[in-house]
Amino acid sequence: MRAVVIQFPGSNADFDARDALGRVLGVHTATVFHRETTLPAGTDLVVLPGGFSYGDALRPGAIARTAPVMAAVRRHAERGAFVLGICNGFQILTESKMLPGALTRNAHQRFESRDVSVRVDADGPFTAGLRGRTLRLPVAHAEGRFVADPETLARLDGEGLVALRYVAAEGPLAYNPNGAMRDIAGLYGGPRRNVLGLMPHPERRAEAALGGTDGALLFHAVSRVVASAGRV
Amino acid sequence: MLGRVLVTLKREVLDPQGDAVARGLAALDLSGVRGVRVGKVIEVSLDPGLDRDAALALLNAAADGFLANPVLETWSVELVDEAASP
Amino acid sequence: MSEAPDPTREATVDEALALKLTRHEFERAVDALGRPPNVTELAVLSVLWSEHCAYKSSKVYLGGLPTSGPRVLYGPGENAGVVDLGDGWAAVLKIESHNHPSFIEPYQGAATGVGGILRDIFTMGARPVALLNALHMGDASRAATANTLRGVVAGIAGYGNAVGVATVGGELSFDPAFDTNPLVNVLAVGVVRHDKLVLGRARGPGNRLIYLGARTGRDGIHGATMASDSFDARQRAARPTVQVGDPFTAKCLIEACLEIFDAGLAVGAQDMGAAGLSSSTVELASRARTGVTLWLDAVPRRALGMSAQEMLLSESQERMLLVARPEDEAAIGAIAARWELAFAVVGEVTDTQEFVVTHTASFEPRDGATRPEAPAVVCALPVSLLTDAAPTYWRPCDAHARREDLWGVDIEALAFEPQTDLVALIGSPELGSRQALWRQFDARVRNGTVVMPGAADAAVLRVFCEDRGARYEKRLALSADSNARVGALDPRLGAALAVAEACRNVACVGARPIAITNCLNYASPIRPAAMTQLRDGIAGLAEACAALGVPVVSGNVSLSNETTLAQGLRAVLPTATVGALGQHRQPSDLVAMGFRTPGDAVFLLGPNDDPRLGGSAWLTRKLGRLGGEPPGLDLAREAALHRVLLAAAERGLLRSAHDVASGGLLVCLAEACIAEGVGLTARLPGSPSAPGLCFGEAPSRAVVSVAPAVEGLVRALADAEGVPMTRLGVAGGARLVVEGLVDLDLDALAAAHHRCLDALFEPPGAPDNRPETSNNQ
Repeated sequence: MRAVVIQFPGSNADFDARDALGRVLGVHTATVFHRETTLPAGTDLVVLPGGFSYGDALRPGAIARTAPVMAAVRRHAERGAFVLGICNGFQILTESKMLPGALTRNAHQRFESRDVSVRVDADGPFTAGLRGRTLRLPVAHAEGRFVADPETLARLDGEGLVALRYVAAEGPLAYNPNGAMRDIAGLYGGPRRNVLGLMPHPERRAEAALGGTDGALLFHAVSRVVASAGRV
Repeated sequence: MLGRVLVTLKREVLDPQGDAVARGLAALDLSGVRGVRVGKVIEVSLDPGLDRDAALALLNAAADGFLANPVLETWSVELVDEAASP
Repeated sequence: MSEAPDPTREATVDEALALKLTRHEFERAVDALGRPPNVTELAVLSVLWSEHCAYKSSKVYLGGLPTSGPRVLYGPGENAGVVDLGDGWAAVLKIESHNHPSFIEPYQGAATGVGGILRDIFTMGARPVALLNALHMGDASRAATANTLRGVVAGIAGYGNAVGVATVGGELSFDPAFDTNPLVNVLAVGVVRHDKLVLGRARGPGNRLIYLGARTGRDGIHGATMASDSFDARQRAARPTVQVGDPFTAKCLIEACLEIFDAGLAVGAQDMGAAGLSSSTVELASRARTGVTLWLDAVPRRALGMSAQEMLLSESQERMLLVARPEDEAAIGAIAARWELAFAVVGEVTDTQEFVVTHTASFEPRDGATRPEAPAVVCALPVSLLTDAAPTYWRPCDAHARREDLWGVDIEALAFEPQTDLVALIGSPELGSRQALWRQFDARVRNGTVVMPGAADAAVLRVFCEDRGARYEKRLALSADSNARVGALDPRLGAALAVAEACRNVACVGARPIAITNCLNYASPIRPAAMTQLRDGIAGLAEACAALGVPVVSGNVSLSNETTLAQGLRAVLPTATVGALGQHRQPSDLVAMGFRTPGDAVFLLGPNDDPRLGGSAWLTRKLGRLGGEPPGLDLAREAALHRVLLAAAERGLLRSAHDVASGGLLVCLAEACIAEGVGLTARLPGSPSAPGLCFGEAPSRAVVSVAPAVEGLVRALADAEGVPMTRLGVAGGARLVVEGLVDLDLDALAAAHHRCLDALFEPPGAPDNRPETSNNQ
């Protein structure tokens, strides 16, 4: 698998994504600056990383949507190739209308940084073989409350596109860290579930030294799909 | 009756958000923009029994130090006809 | 500030007084110059001779700090201290205060404090990897305290999270003395390869001064003077334009600067902080023994009609000044353009040892006009006058600053209810869990945080360092500590205890303390009582650092932390905040604070023979005020404890280690139980019914748990150093049981611990984070 991590001005977990993919998992990983208009030939996976692209001005992801590289990312997704939006990357995907709904200010109005439990609720390339499994992943965001209109919510559940849902865990804190509708933590989209947006940070939980390897499961899954299916 | 408080950053205070929005507009090829300042609008539903002066006084009192931070922001208030507003 | 139509008009003594210079200082400048300064020169003098820039009250004492050591590459005097980590890499470390700005505007004050300390780190070529904060707030029961705290925490989070540097720890404390003057101290650490270090020196006459970052506006003009001045709480709004932090631009500036430094394009760099362009250019020239000429017409501006003074003194954030060879200008410009940062060549290095500023009053660069060819010289001052010749004072002091008048307290007369007192303390804002703060800080960004805040006595970071194709994993430990309450009773002891505790925390996680940074927060040096606190605090710092063998590599002094109120003067508690940096020999040396394995033996390392309660959380709570005789500090015993902790950790003998600090031994035991949810059955030695042995905060002690099989090995290490090792009990179960004193369910204890800040962060009626529609299948 060949991965690229997009770097917008204000991205900050681009390093984390490169670290997990490249150093920990040994995936060939390159950085693509927001001003590029094409992706490197042979790119299998595009990661839109966490951070505060353009300082979260207006709405998180609203300005990143206008970046030159996004047209290439959209083409990549439209032809069924893999796009993973983590945290701010998820926000960019909803602002770009590559995923439905919107990510809004946490219900308690604060930044929330801690571990959450999420259950894999849908099959797809990033979760192949993981359905029903509960993962422990960190979140770190102020605007992660997923909202959508009732029809969209019904469609997402009806089509089984809710990839990850916050579920109850031990401890005194609310299991849903931001008040997301239907406890939605991650969503599939794209023509063949090739686009995944999620608020938790799998790239920050991909090795034992950082407290666990649940996050690596998502990268392993997509990497297996790439290896078996060949490039799109 | 609906009161509206318009809170804006003082002219001399840096507005990083406005600057970033201006760059986004430029990226969308919406030329002709010289600068952007971002503020906020706070709508306050008011007791219909209030007279105009009392309503304005109330809005100003709410704005002064609470809705607006006088260290950074200025504000203006207005009353709008509720039927005419969305 | 006064608008000066003619920037070269001769200044008067009255104008000097208005800028907080003394008559004597003005005369000193006139004598040195052989003429009166003009108004622009006076403005520059006033900021560079301010307490904030010139350390004029503290400098004569700061020389007593131990600042050298085999691992110190650069100590105080640079933008931050630099300590060798081995394998060609170094850590860069500094702490700074942003106290006054955080009271005036808590969010922006704290946010720009974070921005400022980060610039000190990356201006040296280092990648910032962690932030800590030390916060001293007013009475926790006041609504105003909650407001300030929420604003400060949101500001630290808003800036630190966005700029992408992990906030990994810190301390929070409350006392009414901070009601109108909170302390916000922020510590940052970065890492750099030795050959990429960049110093703040304007070397090489003919080299260019390059301006990079945000444009200059009228932000925080005379902030440095303000920071040196006590203020009237009622004048909160009547202040110069507050600086607004912009972490987005800062993030771009970090990446651009590190790219420039990595490519070897800069021969020097200096961030623009307090007193902006004037201070940064003068510092660059002063350290290199060169001169600079600054062309104000070239400075990128945000506002129209800016005067020379305004541009020289503006404290607009996110700006850097680079020194570069003329042939590298274009390459730097290209990197600036890539990151969409303002870029301009604003001057050059000279060999005149003069600070020369040119300016054309009528010129507005924003009109796209070409720069005037013959700008006026508005300032021409010898660099040494602004720096080396800045006044320093031996201010009047008292004999000592101990408040022995407060020491006499009849402890016997106070109610001693161990269990009730423990629950109250562990659930108090002063001692309870800091999770409510830490949940607002991104502690994980850059995948380097090995121990989450609160899980061990110090934050532990992992940094991968590469040099010539080899990759080395470095482990760093960091702790920021102070002891303001003991400081108030005995400033010398309070500062020494802060050093002891910070180093002990680092030793408890198994890391060797290698460097200290300090932030001295005191009241007005004009008052002998406060000046004595400062003098004695520095002395305590010096003797503790010397005894523990840890050099001071950087620091900051914040004076005039006092407020004039209708009822009189309120001064902060004399607070020396100490940041300790430690390094693990190897990753496996890491030790966390919580009991982990049922059946492990639990010991107290260190003495338990000093029952003095002065300044303790327990006594302060019982009295409702500060008082009592503080416990003693024997630095030889302290150093011996650290050696035992390190020897045991490095041999892999410790399952947990937690120092006995705020709250005393019972609180320490409760924290060690709560951390991992593993209980304890214990019996305290001696006369446990004495409150001093339960809640006294005597230093040089730690509670460790060890597997029964290795008890003898740990005891041999303790015996070799003469450190008492007392068996307390056995870890395990779901209760904390201390014979005759405490029998508590851990869940209840943990709940009290975790809720301690709720009242401050969750005002009644605040929305909870319940989902709008719960459909959890």
